[in-house]
Amino acid sequence: MEPPAVELRGIAKRFPGVIANDDVDLVVRTGEVHAIVGENGAGKSTLMKILYGMQAPDEGTILVDGAEVSFRSPKDAIAAGIGMVHQHFMLADNLTVLENVVLGLEPKRGLALDRASARARIVELGERYGMVIDPDTLVEHLGVGERQRVEILKVLYRGARILILDEPTAVLVPQEVEELFASLAELKSQGVTVIFISHKLDEVLQIADSITVIRAGRTVGTTEPAATTARELAEMMVGSELPKPDTQGSTVTETVELELDGVTLEETGRTVIDGVSMRVRRGEVVGIAGVEGNGQTELVDIILGLQAPTSGRVLLGGEDITQASTRWRRNQGVGYIPADRQRHGLLLPSPLWENAMLGHQDVVPFSRGPWVNRRGARVRTAQIAEDFDVRTPGVDVPAHALSGGNQQKLIVGREMAAEPKLLVAGHPTRGIDVGAQAAVWTQLREARSKGLAVLLVSADLEELIGLSDTLLVMYRGRIVAELDPQTVTPQELGSYMTGAAA
Amino acid sequence: MNRDRLRRLGFALLAPVSAFAFAVLISSLALWASGNDPFTAWREMLAYANDTRRMISIVNRAIPLYISALAVGFAFKMNLFNIGVEGQYQLAALMAAAVGASVDLPGPIHVLLILVVAMGVGAGWAGIAGVLKAYRGVHEVIATIMLNAIVTTGLLAYLLGNYLRDRSETQILKTHDLPASGRMPSLNRPLAAIGIDVPQGANLQGFLVIAILLGVAFYVVVSRTRFGYDLRASGVNPWAALASGVHPKGMIVKTMLISGALAGLVGMSQLLGFFGRYHQDFPTGLGFAGIAVALLGRNHPAGMAVSALLFGFLSTSAQILDLRDIPKEIIDILQATVLLSVVVSYELVRRLVAASEVKAAAAATAGAATQPAAAALSEEGDR
Repeated sequence: MEPPAVELRGIAKRFPGVIANDDVDLVVRTGEVHAIVGENGAGKSTLMKILYGMQAPDEGTILVDGAEVSFRSPKDAIAAGIGMVHQHFMLADNLTVLENVVLGLEPKRGLALDRASARARIVELGERYGMVIDPDTLVEHLGVGERQRVEILKVLYRGARILILDEPTAVLVPQEVEELFASLAELKSQGVTVIFISHKLDEVLQIADSITVIRAGRTVGTTEPAATTARELAEMMVGSELPKPDTQGSTVTETVELELDGVTLEETGRTVIDGVSMRVRRGEVVGIAGVEGNGQTELVDIILGLQAPTSGRVLLGGEDITQASTRWRRNQGVGYIPADRQRHGLLLPSPLWENAMLGHQDVVPFSRGPWVNRRGARVRTAQIAEDFDVRTPGVDVPAHALSGGNQQKLIVGREMAAEPKLLVAGHPTRGIDVGAQAAVWTQLREARSKGLAVLLVSADLEELIGLSDTLLVMYRGRIVAELDPQTVTPQELGSYMTGAAA
Repeated sequence: MNRDRLRRLGFALLAPVSAFAFAVLISSLALWASGNDPFTAWREMLAYANDTRRMISIVNRAIPLYISALAVGFAFKMNLFNIGVEGQYQLAALMAAAVGASVDLPGPIHVLLILVVAMGVGAGWAGIAGVLKAYRGVHEVIATIMLNAIVTTGLLAYLLGNYLRDRSETQILKTHDLPASGRMPSLNRPLAAIGIDVPQGANLQGFLVIAILLGVAFYVVVSRTRFGYDLRASGVNPWAALASGVHPKGMIVKTMLISGALAGLVGMSQLLGFFGRYHQDFPTGLGFAGIAVALLGRNHPAGMAVSALLFGFLSTSAQILDLRDIPKEIIDILQATVLLSVVVSYELVRRLVAASEVKAAAAATAGAATQPAAAALSEEGDR
């Protein structure tokens, strides 16, 4: 019998005071797509870093194709045929696909890059694995899905037969996910082994041949898609039942908190937002569904005052705020959970208490008159950390030291603790684990029942349907449908989102 | 908490101290390679500085460097690079000297007026770059370099030669002398009062008091006010600052105005405490030196004070090297190496600190990783 492509036996990795991996076993057969699922902090990343040679295990053995190996750096792992595609792409925008793929491993002719042989190799790889891409396009002109393909090509170019993909779908829109999965199927048929890290269970069930669940640094078990359900997997991951995103009874009032009236945005001759009118009432969650890039980002920017609409009005509590500054709006009680938390929501090198006052720097207890109230800010931050389960050793720790889930909880916490009138939330649970997701949902529901108006922009349909009282679909800058989340089906929603029903 | 602070202070000092040690090593090698004994050179320099007169000279030299560093460092706090301190302080010194000589007011008010003019001119000149950046998208490095060029290649000579010149003096190009009420007294008397004998001819400049006050004000504004918070937030992450309600254009203009106002004061210690007039040989290069001082001092008011004193020491003590037949260019090598190595060592230390912080945070939040999540879930289930 052929030995497994990768076998990990009793892997343990301890950091001072933390056990990241504690006796993990994993068997990945050659030519299969093997998914590894687990909550944030369960030890998936550490395990993959060990397999990719970025960290050495304290205990345990690694076998590749049946032979024991010990990697001192990713170089060793690459030599053994293991390649990794990171969640955040590492591509040079101003170079072409070809140049990116060969970067660091350039075929030379004399001193010059041998473009012909590089191109031949890339075209051949692309054809063999069904990932056709023009080698001469600049990477800056590529979409996210195409960039990911370049990353995969880069790894294949280096001779990888075992591919580690770290949450590859987190950055993709549904169509791109389908394309990625088609590519993975192609890779598999060519004998490439794929290790797929994810916490999107339905995707895992769709693409994987085997699924290994990790919890708290240990292997909980390995199963196959046919033998399990998303619900069972989630239970294995969190060790209890999966939360059901259901709204219990409507809390919608008649008072309109946010109103958009014919908002239009034109950018360089293109109509990005086309006459959007909508209302969010107190106690109501209005969800906006849509494939990314259909105007949702700009809509959020306009509501926050980061961008001015070309025409139309924005009203907050009946008052026209179209011309008001972002600062004024935030001080009037507009909370904001940005979709991209690190870019728009955090000061990564700054201490937590400075992060907790971001967007609330004019407000008690964070400041008094022109002065920052350091003590007040620290106390409030500690309170937020406690109330919203932000796991941190203290409030002076820089934000970058926290895990992604805890960063998100801090943002949700600081916005909710300010008791806003209107909350604009973009993908509030993107990239966080099931447990933290449930906590965020609970908090949103509680605030809603106290009269908070929420505008929810999310790519997670389950979240949208589960939380929203009203569901709007945005397509090409317009609101194309208003749906009742109680009765809508994902198929119905999907057809509006792709323009099929319009 | 206290140990934590100590640790952070240690990290903060690690980079500049190791950079300086490395620079000393490199300069020693250069000395040794050119046939000089490095130990003798350093010993001579230290011995030379160990004297009241020269210590006063070190402090006097450090004052304008420090203020220049404050100007650069303030803009650095929001990632603006004000290379234009050079032009801002020279133009400000000229205008302040001219205005100061043309009025007659009681002492403190006269000095105050000169300072206000200097700050206004510096702010105005820097403000041009701020407005260009905010509203026309011109990078402040380009704008300030060009503004420097305007000042140093033409504007100063034009204004001084045609409008502000003291025509009674035919030999040299200078402004009218400031009257006594527009001069700033030295600190010799307070020094004597605390028992330090000031040698004949040495004067500790009174502007030192203002420099110290500016350093304190820098700290308070940057670290303790909402404005300073917005400033730092904009420097760390302009997108997040924008979403938090910071008006980026206004912030850029305000920061450049304040940086320029500080820059306007760079020449004041020498104008008010030494020359009493602006002339052809008014010191130049203080604006560029301030960039180096700010870099070494990490834009922190205390760090910049230490680094200004260090630069003051180097330029004062360099004088002995010539007398001992040691090439004093070694000081240039030392300063340049400090700058290069400080940039590298900050990056290295930053990575080191970031890694240790992540580890510490993980360690401190160790234990049942999924437990609170599970608790949140069961709470959900109970609902």
